Amino acid sequence: MFANSKLRGGMAGGRFTAFIQRWLVFAICVLVWQWGATVTNNVVFPTPLAIVRKAQQLWLDGPPSRLFLGSGINTDILPSIGRLAGGWAIASVAGIVIGIVIGLVPVLADYTGMVLAFMRAVPPVMLVPVFLVLFHIGTPMQLATIVFGSIWPVLLNSVVGARSVDPIKADTARAYRIGRVRWLVSVVLPAASPKIFAGLRINLAFALILMVVSELVGSTDGLGYQITNAKDTFDYKTMWAGIVLVSMLGYVLNRLLVTVENQALAWHHSTRLLEG
Amino acid sequence: MRKSVRGIIGLLIFLCLWQLASQLKLIDPTFVPGPVQVAGRIGQLFGQAEFRVDFVATVLAWLIATLAATAIAVPLGLLLGSLPLLRSATSAVVDLLRPIPSVTLIPLVLVAFGDGAQIKIILATFASIWPILFNVIYGLREVDPLFVDTARAFRTGPLRTALAVRLPYVTPFALTGIRMSAAISLVVIVSTEFLSNSGIGFGSFVVINGEQSGDMPMVFGGVVVAGILGAAVNSLLQGAQHRWCSWVEKCA
Repeated sequence: MFANSKLRGGMAGGRFTAFIQRWLVFAICVLVWQWGATVTNNVVFPTPLAIVRKAQQLWLDGPPSRLFLGSGINTDILPSIGRLAGGWAIASVAGIVIGIVIGLVPVLADYTGMVLAFMRAVPPVMLVPVFLVLFHIGTPMQLATIVFGSIWPVLLNSVVGARSVDPIKADTARAYRIGRVRWLVSVVLPAASPKIFAGLRINLAFALILMVVSELVGSTDGLGYQITNAKDTFDYKTMWAGIVLVSMLGYVLNRLLVTVENQALAWHHSTRLLEG
Repeated sequence: MRKSVRGIIGLLIFLCLWQLASQLKLIDPTFVPGPVQVAGRIGQLFGQAEFRVDFVATVLAWLIATLAATAIAVPLGLLLGSLPLLRSATSAVVDLLRPIPSVTLIPLVLVAFGDGAQIKIILATFASIWPILFNVIYGLREVDPLFVDTARAFRTGPLRTALAVRLPYVTPFALTGIRMSAAISLVVIVSTEFLSNSGIGFGSFVVINGEQSGDMPMVFGGVVVAGILGAAVNSLLQGAQHRWCSWVEKCA
């Protein structure tokens, strides 16, 4: 909803005004935080500047030849991103494939409906002990947690998407005797893609949450581990730096996905404009 | 009716496969017990007064968090949705706050607010504000301009237009948001109980009495109870939406 900055920029007159409009309140919030934290001087709530400085110490203290990337990146950030990307990719592919199969066979959707509704409602964190005994501490256990926790949004959306094929298109395809593969690739997938992308975005948010959870519980590296470890050793600046970094990761990844989505679904938006 | 019968058959098939996998030791039954064993353990659990108290505590926390999120997000959404300038001014803050995974905040909230029920309520409220907020804003954008123009033609004041034209239009969107939020806040509450070891609540009970003593039927019992609770709430709210807001689809 807020992503459509081009439109708003046009309305407000100029990109610059839009930029100011968008970031002014944010800048004020940060300044108030800086001021408040300086005045109260509470150990638990450090100033934004102190957090940024800490983050720089943790992750950006390397030599210029390495783009200033510090060694902390190898132990905190890269493992987390790797698990997140791996888990998200597995969950997405599996979710789309299973979802489309279920969506294409209406009877299958009826039979699996209750099981899926139940599976989706299970808090994935509660299965962490199960994954821990099955896989022990380590990446497979974390991947299992991320995949189980984040597969449902994209799976359920793919089911709905695959069922939303326009009946006229279905009849046309049948009249032209289009083969099964082409039917799937050029009719079903495009029809389902808006729903699939919506599912992928929710799924990404879930994967991020579960990455953190799996590292809070069963890990010896990664951002989640770093955050709890910092809390346990009363290193609140490091804890805050971790929280801010996870949030930024979520923001950047979501933005990337929205950009890809806008590119991939440009045709969809344009047809909707024509219809509306 | 046939659809729900098929759903139940599907569920039974799933349970049979699970039992079979456990019986034939395809999965180690000490790690993944079969549904019969799990069902027995759930029956025992609800016989324990201690578990019932923890279960009620969790449901109460969930109710409070969902109501709080609704009370915050609906007015906020109406405000942001009707004032475009305010919306664009706050968009950067909202966009940066929204992706913060609530579990990441568990350590911070523990340090800042101490150990207790308030932690899970705060986190769940924070996590479940967003779906309601965005659905309300989205709903306001979808209000038929014809209705607003008609109201204006009858010289209806802005407050009355908001209450009598916009709000009814937004209600189904808000309900969709509330349904999503209810699911999210339940997951966040149980997860927080699970991770923070606060000692109160259904999630903690499962950790303390199940995980720490390796009682896997108990862990699975917790999983099943939480899943049934979440699915029941979801279908209840979906039913409410169909019953009271079907007029929107009829209008369109």
